[in-house]
Amino acid sequence: MSTTVDIPRFVRAKQVEALPPPNLARGPIAWVRENLFSGPFNTLLTLVVFYLLYVSVPPLVKFLFIDAVWSGTDRAACRADMGGSETGACWAFIREKLGYFTYGSYTVSERWRVDIFFALLAIGVGWLLWLKAPRRDLGAVYFFWLFPILSYILLTGGNSDFSGRFWIGFLIFGVLLIALFAFVAAILKTSLRPALIIAGGIVAVIGITLALMDIDFGLRHVPTSLWGGILVTLLVATVGIVFSLPFGILLALGRRSKLPIVRMASVIFIEFVRGVPLITVLIMANTMLPLFLPGDMTVDRLLRPLIGTALFASAYMAEVVRGGLQAMPKGQYEGAMSLGLNYPQMMILIILPQALRIVIPGIVNTFIGLFKDTSLVAIVGIFDVVKTIEASRIDPNWAAPTIGLTGYAFAALFYFIFCFGMSRYSLGVERRLAAGQKR
Amino acid sequence: MTSQAVQTSAIDPKAEAAVQMIDVHKWYGEFHVLRDINLSVRRGERIVICGPSGSGKSTMIRCINRLEEHQKGRIIVDGTELTNDLKRIDEVRRDVGMVFQHFNLFPHLTILENCTLAPIWVKKMPKKDAEEIAMHYLKRVKIPEQANKYPGQLSGGQQQRVAIARSLCMSPKIMLFDEPTSALDPEMVKEVLDTMVGLAEEGMTMLCVTHEMGFARQVADRVIFMDYGQIVEMNTPDEFFKNPQHERTKLFLSQILH
Repeated sequence: MSTTVDIPRFVRAKQVEALPPPNLARGPIAWVRENLFSGPFNTLLTLVVFYLLYVSVPPLVKFLFIDAVWSGTDRAACRADMGGSETGACWAFIREKLGYFTYGSYTVSERWRVDIFFALLAIGVGWLLWLKAPRRDLGAVYFFWLFPILSYILLTGGNSDFSGRFWIGFLIFGVLLIALFAFVAAILKTSLRPALIIAGGIVAVIGITLALMDIDFGLRHVPTSLWGGILVTLLVATVGIVFSLPFGILLALGRRSKLPIVRMASVIFIEFVRGVPLITVLIMANTMLPLFLPGDMTVDRLLRPLIGTALFASAYMAEVVRGGLQAMPKGQYEGAMSLGLNYPQMMILIILPQALRIVIPGIVNTFIGLFKDTSLVAIVGIFDVVKTIEASRIDPNWAAPTIGLTGYAFAALFYFIFCFGMSRYSLGVERRLAAGQKR
Repeated sequence: MTSQAVQTSAIDPKAEAAVQMIDVHKWYGEFHVLRDINLSVRRGERIVICGPSGSGKSTMIRCINRLEEHQKGRIIVDGTELTNDLKRIDEVRRDVGMVFQHFNLFPHLTILENCTLAPIWVKKMPKKDAEEIAMHYLKRVKIPEQANKYPGQLSGGQQQRVAIARSLCMSPKIMLFDEPTSALDPEMVKEVLDTMVGLAEEGMTMLCVTHEMGFARQVADRVIFMDYGQIVEMNTPDEFFKNPQHERTKLFLSQILH
């Protein structure tokens, strides 16, 4: 069929049927030739990379697995001079110390409580992250309300022992809050009932929370100074992740607000927190926070770095979210406004779902950064995973040449599993969202 | 510059006008984008606005639902004057539908969700009722079978018809069209125009910025020609096309009607 230029007139007589693509050479050999040896330069690069892999991978495998010591009760197993093997990783050390790496100095007889905490955390995370899970709304209530209360009771032992004065204070606060809501409803001339229900609900939720914290379940009190290891790392990371996203969103919205005071406050917070290292924030939270608070009020020494990391991550999160907000076309705002949606509705229903989707890679990047930054809480004396490994490394009972390397290999593995998991999960979410709504 | 029709009705705020613009001025920084706009639109009236790009026609209709703020003069929409009062702005937006050049559908929601969103959240309508109404209007724009797809899976013409249905779901009293066919492939212009003609025949009050002169001839009660932020000429379509008065109008028409 020719439609060459020398034919001045042409009318197609027959429809050209759709044909399958030409059968080019496929298969592994074609793939290798196309991707690895497609030219002299690529061939050279391929050979260099193969050589580097040959040099680095076998010794690593040899150290981590083949020559590794898997069992033993003390340094003898990992020292050549005491009859052991010292050319490979000393996994016996990790096995022996795993309890310490997981729980820190948490009272040994009470460690089952931490195990339950891990299980509850896994349930909550699974429930929320599995996109097709049933009743994810209940999952949210569980994760953001029930789970924190249960964790508090389990980990500390509960029984906060609030004084009668505290409860009177709470009662006054509750009455004031309900009165405030009624007052606002009266000013705005909206109906009183929903305002009272909302206020009553808030007071009830706080009251139940406090009451549960107050009940004596007969659990032994375990002070936070004993907590450590994976427990602390996961706790700091979870709290940081859970708080940094909403705070970050609020800060990002604040920074784009038309109200000058809100905008100024957001900009100052973000720029100040981003402008100083996390270590500074942690030390400030640790030593300066108590100075700002009234004398009889103390903040738990684990809570201080917790707040510090959450605030620190929020500032970064705010900038990530702001990037997403800026990528939204003006038409989306106008479409929402022209339908009569008010500002919160427009943001929650239209803008944020799209903006956050755009910045999923950035959000997860911040989460991963936060997860690894939790190791810095060691600076203010909190025993996270790395710190527990550091402490065990110098245990004379386990003094052997490969102990340090093994410990760090374990830390690397621990961080890698969690960070890689987050990364893969976010990729899956992105792909799923992209499949649903091709633009 | 203002026409006589305006002079007679613009001053009385109680008149049964759908939209009244009285001495409206607007500036973008130093740039005087709307100058002395006087316009009164009766209920059920269909108005087509044309003019060269940058003449302020889009800005003018965007002032009617306060996507743009005017700095001088008064705009009264269905008896409600637009001021900085947010409550009034929301009230006006609830009654004024708008269709954009680039559709502005919400890409993360299905067609049905696009249509039910505002009735559910703004009018507090039960979801079931909202879906019923949405399906009714989707049938009217002839795409009920696409209800569960996402906007990105539809052609431009279909998307624009969804945008019209989405506005209609709020049962607006006034519809604004901002160049609804300018971003469409030529083959899809007709399906959108047909929908708009149908709407006009039902007596919807419409203000439409468009260069589809056939549409103007067919449905418009009045045609407005704008240039340099002013209303240059306003007339019935017959007179406007046959017998343009202003030099600028004559030049414009000679360029778009070949």
